[in-house]
Amino acid sequence: MEVGWWGVLIAVLGGAIRIGTPFLFVSLGECLTEKSGRINLGLEGTLVMGAMTGYAISLHSGSPWLGVLCAGLAGAVLGALHSWLCSYQRVNDIAVGIAMMLFGTGLAFFLGKPYIQPSAPRLPSIDLGGWSNVPQLTAALQINALFLIGIVVAITLGWILKNTSWGLKVRVVGESADAARALGLPVDRIRILSTAQGGFLAGIGGSYLSLYYPFNWSEGLSSGQGLMAVALVIFARWQPLACLWVSLLWGGAAALGPSLQSVGITYGYYIFNAIPYIMTLAVMIITCSPRRSLVGVPHELTVTR
Amino acid sequence: MAASRKLTRRQVLKGTAAAGALGMLGGLDWVGQVWGAQDKVKMGFIFVGPRDDYGYNQAHFEGKSAVAKLDWVKAFDEEKVPETIEVQKTMESMIKLDGAQVLFPTSFGYFDPHILKVAPQFPNILFLHCGGLYQEGKHPKNVGSYFGYIDEAQYVAGIVAGGMTKSGKLGFVAAKPIPQVLRNINNYTLGARSIRPNCTTNVIFTGDWSLPVREAEATNSLVDQGIDVITCHVDSPKVVMTTAEKRGIYCTGYHCNQAKLAPRGYLTGAEWNWAKIYMDYADMIRKGQKVPNLVRGGLKEGLVRVADYNKVVTDSVRKQADAAKAKFMSGAMIVYKGPIKDNTGRDVIPAGKQYVQTDIWLESMDWLVEGVIGSTKS
Repeated sequence: MEVGWWGVLIAVLGGAIRIGTPFLFVSLGECLTEKSGRINLGLEGTLVMGAMTGYAISLHSGSPWLGVLCAGLAGAVLGALHSWLCSYQRVNDIAVGIAMMLFGTGLAFFLGKPYIQPSAPRLPSIDLGGWSNVPQLTAALQINALFLIGIVVAITLGWILKNTSWGLKVRVVGESADAARALGLPVDRIRILSTAQGGFLAGIGGSYLSLYYPFNWSEGLSSGQGLMAVALVIFARWQPLACLWVSLLWGGAAALGPSLQSVGITYGYYIFNAIPYIMTLAVMIITCSPRRSLVGVPHELTVTR
Repeated sequence: MAASRKLTRRQVLKGTAAAGALGMLGGLDWVGQVWGAQDKVKMGFIFVGPRDDYGYNQAHFEGKSAVAKLDWVKAFDEEKVPETIEVQKTMESMIKLDGAQVLFPTSFGYFDPHILKVAPQFPNILFLHCGGLYQEGKHPKNVGSYFGYIDEAQYVAGIVAGGMTKSGKLGFVAAKPIPQVLRNINNYTLGARSIRPNCTTNVIFTGDWSLPVREAEATNSLVDQGIDVITCHVDSPKVVMTTAEKRGIYCTGYHCNQAKLAPRGYLTGAEWNWAKIYMDYADMIRKGQKVPNLVRGGLKEGLVRVADYNKVVTDSVRKQADAAKAKFMSGAMIVYKGPIKDNTGRDVIPAGKQYVQTDIWLESMDWLVEGVIGSTKS
């Protein structure tokens, strides 16, 4: 069926879901980590490590879902390591994050060497577009259960942070470590747990890349998506539900470049491919103000202190 | 930092001294005379990506592995060497620590400035670059280049694609609009249009050699627009092939064989056969012959090949593809024979004019042939 210009809209819709899902997981992980007062720049490494672990386990066990779980666990270990190192006095979490990023990618490349060639079992997809008789739309609405899980996690995480005592503790630790200590809260332990959970989510995001879309383990797989997710959290103002919308927006924007070329807009593709970044810059500039501080920013973050 | 700078200066001095000494001996003739023939031929290979990427680097690594099997050759390689000062360090260490006599830096971006900087320091080492950048007279004498006319194999693959498409729309995921890529796109399209004149090829440039997510997106967008055969020119075709297979369309491969990734839809593919050229080089060096600075070749010379056809390819399509292959093998095929228009309507090759495969004019191609939907402008 001829779709012509509708193809762009379909590609952006499909791309929002396909490309946005790993962004969603990594940004949710980073959101939780930053709420506890730490920045984990190492999530890029966690993402790549998760992708490698997921692919390898799926290949050996034959079960892609076991791969996803192990990817999460690998991410949790890296997150816990980051947080444990940062819990020492005068250790800078930005520096440790960069080290963890290099460590994570390096380790994944080292261990992942034998997995570039073989094809692992893929995560199954769910047909949400069965009602449509436009094959392009049906294909765009073929989604993965991880996307739905991501939506549930975004809603739940927002609710937990707002309404539960665990969420309150995380926020207190993120707002003021001194106040938290005065309340008798174990600051380091809460941060380690939050960062490990954040790493768990980022690891799952990585396994989505290697086990579902684009479904491939290679060393060029991530191309900075873990780092972009860190900026995405600021963009989403540290709100889990906003992370969902922003991830979808970025996914859709990333799909715009190729789809415009497919309908014959052949000029300026470098600019179109840069739209997610241009968009971020634009929103940052529009929403900044010298008269008020950012809403929702955890005050313990090294960048805001 | 200071230490490494000191070392470099010393290297430069050494290099110039050696060049002077050799120059006095009269002429900078080749390594075969410098090294005794009884020693093993030591060959160093440098790859920009992983050895097993189902693509460009794997094709070279397969060539290296073939030559390494010879008992009179010692071959070593390093993978994932970026196109920066890193490759200069790798070249130096391969020469000094491994005793390489000949280096094969295989990536396009290694040439300028990296090979051009290191080569003059080691005048009796051969630097053979894969690509079309070497120019006689302009570049050092111990530098050379080799490349295969893989576009010949793309022409044959284009015939298969043109014969198997139902919609008459082909797709091409390309990295950057450089001459070698454009030549592949044009040959693919000309091949397809030779048996189906109204066929079109829709091109998407991703902007870089390895961007798996964008390559998958490009493939999906093309399928949405109704293309039903796809090929690519990126470092690792893996993602394009698996995505095409998932969307249920045909694909033709590139670099090396990806039939395993898409058993249902992989029609054929354009592949390198570097083993041939590396064997030839090793042989020339062992025998002490002068290594030519420029080596080119296509299907006839065995530098490239067409992958086996999938069983779904019909007999009549096979016949037409095989006929074109035979013409390439006999040297009778001339792809760029006027009249040829580009896709803006300009006459690029007027009627009566023709460019044979070896014509250097074709190596600076900056246009897309009629029938291609896409633009070389970024």
